[in-house]
Amino acid sequence: MCGKNDRILLHTRRRQLKTANLECNMTKSKAWKLYESLKKKGLLPEQEQKILQELKYKGKHKILGYPPLSHLEASGDLFYYLQELQPYLLNTNPQKYNDLAILQGMKPKQSAHYALQTLDELLERDKQREKDGFPTKIKLGKIVKPGKGKKGKIIVVPVTSEDKFIHDDKFGMGGMGEGEGGTGEGEEGEVIGEQPLQGEGEGEDGEAGQEEGDHSIESKAYELGRILTQRFDLPNLKEKGKKSAVKQYTYDLTDKHRGHGQILDKKATLEEIIETNLGLGNITGNEEEIDTTNLIVSPRDKIYRILSREVQYQSQAIVFLLRDYSGSMYGKPTELVCTQHLFIYAWLLYQYEKLVTPRFIVHDTEAKEVPDFHTYYNLIVAGGTSVYTAFQKVNELVEKENLAKDYNIYVFYGGDGEDWYDGTETVNEIKKMLTYTNRIGMTIINDGYNDSAVEKYMRNSGLLETNESLIRMNSLSQNATEDKIIKSIIDLVSE
Amino acid sequence: MKLIDQHTKKLMEDCKVKAREAGLSFDKETLEYIVTNRDLIELSPKIMIPTLYDYWVHDVQLLQGKGKYEVYPHNPYETVINTRPGISFYNDNNPDWLNVMIFYHVLGHIDFFQNNSFYKKTWNDDFAGKALADKRLISKLRVEHGRWLDYAIEFTRGIDNLVGFFNELSDTNKPQETTMSKKVNFYFDVFLQQVKKVGMTQYLKEIDRYNNTLKEFPDAGETLFFSSVIKEHPEFDSLFEKHVKEAKKTKQDLVEYVNEHSEFLNKEKNKWIKLVMGVVRDTSVYFQPQIRDHIMNEGWASYWHEKLFLKDEMMKSHEIDFAVVNSKVMLMPMIGLNPYGLGWRLWMHIEELADKGKLSYEFQKITDSKERKKYDKKLGKGMEFILQVRENFNDAMFVNTFIDQDFMDKHNLFVVGKRINAIKGVLEYYIRSRSAEEYKKMLNDHLYHPPHISVDESKAKEGELYINHHFEGKPLYAKFIPMTMMGLEYLWGNTIKLETSEIDPHDAQRINAEAMEILYSTGILDIDEFLSKQKVKYQRVLYTMQDKYLSKEILDEEPKQHDLLLRW
Repeated sequence: MCGKNDRILLHTRRRQLKTANLECNMTKSKAWKLYESLKKKGLLPEQEQKILQELKYKGKHKILGYPPLSHLEASGDLFYYLQELQPYLLNTNPQKYNDLAILQGMKPKQSAHYALQTLDELLERDKQREKDGFPTKIKLGKIVKPGKGKKGKIIVVPVTSEDKFIHDDKFGMGGMGEGEGGTGEGEEGEVIGEQPLQGEGEGEDGEAGQEEGDHSIESKAYELGRILTQRFDLPNLKEKGKKSAVKQYTYDLTDKHRGHGQILDKKATLEEIIETNLGLGNITGNEEEIDTTNLIVSPRDKIYRILSREVQYQSQAIVFLLRDYSGSMYGKPTELVCTQHLFIYAWLLYQYEKLVTPRFIVHDTEAKEVPDFHTYYNLIVAGGTSVYTAFQKVNELVEKENLAKDYNIYVFYGGDGEDWYDGTETVNEIKKMLTYTNRIGMTIINDGYNDSAVEKYMRNSGLLETNESLIRMNSLSQNATEDKIIKSIIDLVSE
Repeated sequence: MKLIDQHTKKLMEDCKVKAREAGLSFDKETLEYIVTNRDLIELSPKIMIPTLYDYWVHDVQLLQGKGKYEVYPHNPYETVINTRPGISFYNDNNPDWLNVMIFYHVLGHIDFFQNNSFYKKTWNDDFAGKALADKRLISKLRVEHGRWLDYAIEFTRGIDNLVGFFNELSDTNKPQETTMSKKVNFYFDVFLQQVKKVGMTQYLKEIDRYNNTLKEFPDAGETLFFSSVIKEHPEFDSLFEKHVKEAKKTKQDLVEYVNEHSEFLNKEKNKWIKLVMGVVRDTSVYFQPQIRDHIMNEGWASYWHEKLFLKDEMMKSHEIDFAVVNSKVMLMPMIGLNPYGLGWRLWMHIEELADKGKLSYEFQKITDSKERKKYDKKLGKGMEFILQVRENFNDAMFVNTFIDQDFMDKHNLFVVGKRINAIKGVLEYYIRSRSAEEYKKMLNDHLYHPPHISVDESKAKEGELYINHHFEGKPLYAKFIPMTMMGLEYLWGNTIKLETSEIDPHDAQRINAEAMEILYSTGILDIDEFLSKQKVKYQRVLYTMQDKYLSKEILDEEPKQHDLLLRW
């Protein structure tokens, strides 16, 4: 398999990797130094093992459109990686070809709009299913295509599946040469195409998702919030908040007024003039050209735009969504946390009638704020874990921007419960936070059996008992379904 | 949706005349509708047949990815449907020449539907009419039983891909002469030989006696014969009935079996569910042939639309337009499989083979490639032959019989392999093989094949339903197992047990470790190459669904090895 050129490349690559390792070590030296300092303080062997595992992980925080090779290296699971890669592969299932598309260029699509029209009915049905003892069929959290920018195109469409006994098509038949067909020139062994699995910046979306036009996450998330509240009886958050809608006034020139004002609205005025003159009989409306000298302008015809006072409602609530994006969060844990946070955000939007400002914070051994949900959702995991940094960041921001005075503040944290620290700093930061928040919710994705480090120290701190109305914590296992995610949210936000 | 206008209809009637002259044969009546994009949104989930029964899932988008093509392998967006009369759909924006071209394509399909013997079961039914009647039945039941009707539909659809399509076909194919009375068959084949174990002389005596009785009394001979049999062997009748019951059971597919033998369904208040199951099953059987001949059917229609349109007058002013559209249809992508292109080329290939006499043994003996190219007996039997092929073949037969190395070479076909190149950080697609054998293997993998699942009464405990997935190299898709079994439990009214094969997780780990080793040490992992050489252990497992709770146990002491046949 390895030709001469490949061998040369291999050597070059190995050298590159070595240098990269050094570089990694240099930029990661902060993390490395942290590790060394923690080691001096004393680490249990299992703690040390977990820390070293995260340090070894070579990935970098990026946003890619496809699962990078580092996923394979991190997990060592070829089957899982192939499954992840499948939607991005260049293959054509022959069943995709059909007469309508090929001959007539007609690609019938189900529009999200049409599907959502029947959503209420379908959700009723799903509720009934639960009562009848069957698992629900409508799945909500299917994010079709996270887009870029502030108004991210995250579209939530209700989907369902029809379960049957079918072959798992990962596994093919035929001895050798399961692969795809192809046509063209070339020798056996010749490479005819390449897809990048490693690279900077944005990758391409291989998946042929449904295009739905410019729907911002705002509108669709709002819908989702309504659905969640109705379907799952999420409690309507009482106005426990100390702050009501702050009324701010702006002045602008949108109102129209006859008679007087700042600026003459020429078009509207002209329309009035024509109408008057039609009434008077000066023009019939059928002429080719209107002789404007014959028109009479009555004083009531003039229409002005007038400066008026408009109420502008300010956002009432800020929700901080915090997530752990360290190496240990690879795969399912990140999916679960992001789905749950999407649901929470959507629900809060509904509660506060869109007057919610979300802020997103990710942390590994350091915390940083990211500008939008798309980035928050898509950043690749890497690095170590210091949970307290996330809460510290929130405290910093709130203090710096003086947010506690004017806003209701909610904080939701999602992670896998691993922490390089022993929890004293985290608990301190949370104590500070409890003085100004309406609610803190923590969700830990654990392995289903043992308590994780974070859960242990949070329980030991006693904060959960003494402040039951202010802070909640629960856990989810890695194979949690949508229902469980929602139940966990109910737990976090209930009275 | 409205019918096409008179002008276009006239054009299409002319097309029919020309198609018949060229050799196609199909019913006189056809129906054509104009359809807009809006119509499509409402129609398409119901497989383009407006009268198909209403089921709420049609309103919700099917999950992308998994299940999209396996659950509905027959693409719902066809332009023509197999009804009597044949119904086809046209975009309201099409120019005349395009409608003509499409209509030729449609005629190709209709001819295929009406002549290919795999469609035998659909020839006498008015499916649109039946679907309408079924739809009305379903609506009526929905009024009476509400959501329980939709549950019945859902759970039956969970197993409707396992219908006994081939069983039904084989029944229609038996030549008359071989159907002797079942009783006679049973008496001579089973009763005398296995049950009574009579000696040779005795056996022959009985045969003689039977023949003589029939000669003497041609009308009542059989009855007379058996009345004497019963005098000697009084247990014969009951044994025979038992045998008939057994035979019937082995011929029943899962849906039929549950329908007939479920205690829950046999209760008076639940009998309406049987009607529902019948409707869902019939619909599924109806569409089975279409799933299994995508390449052949599309190739056939493409062949004819090209052949006929090139001769049509419309062609004269629209050469370029036609060329643009047709090239897109016939395009063979560098990586991938276009059934239209492949089918069309294969039909042309077969016609040429038959014309030149290359289907003979004499030709196959020739090994010199130049001679093979030159060989041309000018038999002119091409058209005759392809008309026969269209009658008797389906995709699996079509592809495996006629793709040969000459075809591969002529059209530059190859099998694409993939490998991870960690040195360059890319996934490489490369030409893996140009061999016809390999190509056919790859194609076979793409063809539709539902799992082979049958009822095993011997392993079922009291009241249970025990079903056996006969392992053919691919395990079942695990995520769908729970809900399907829950539905089955509801219909059966009792515990369900499913025996199937799954990869031994330890072996899977071993394979992963080996793969990573190769990747780290060489930087390149040829995935197809690597996996095809693996022998993987599969273990037999038993899923039990009881009271809506699913459990699993491993049956094998020792997992058995199979070839790992992984496609990704």
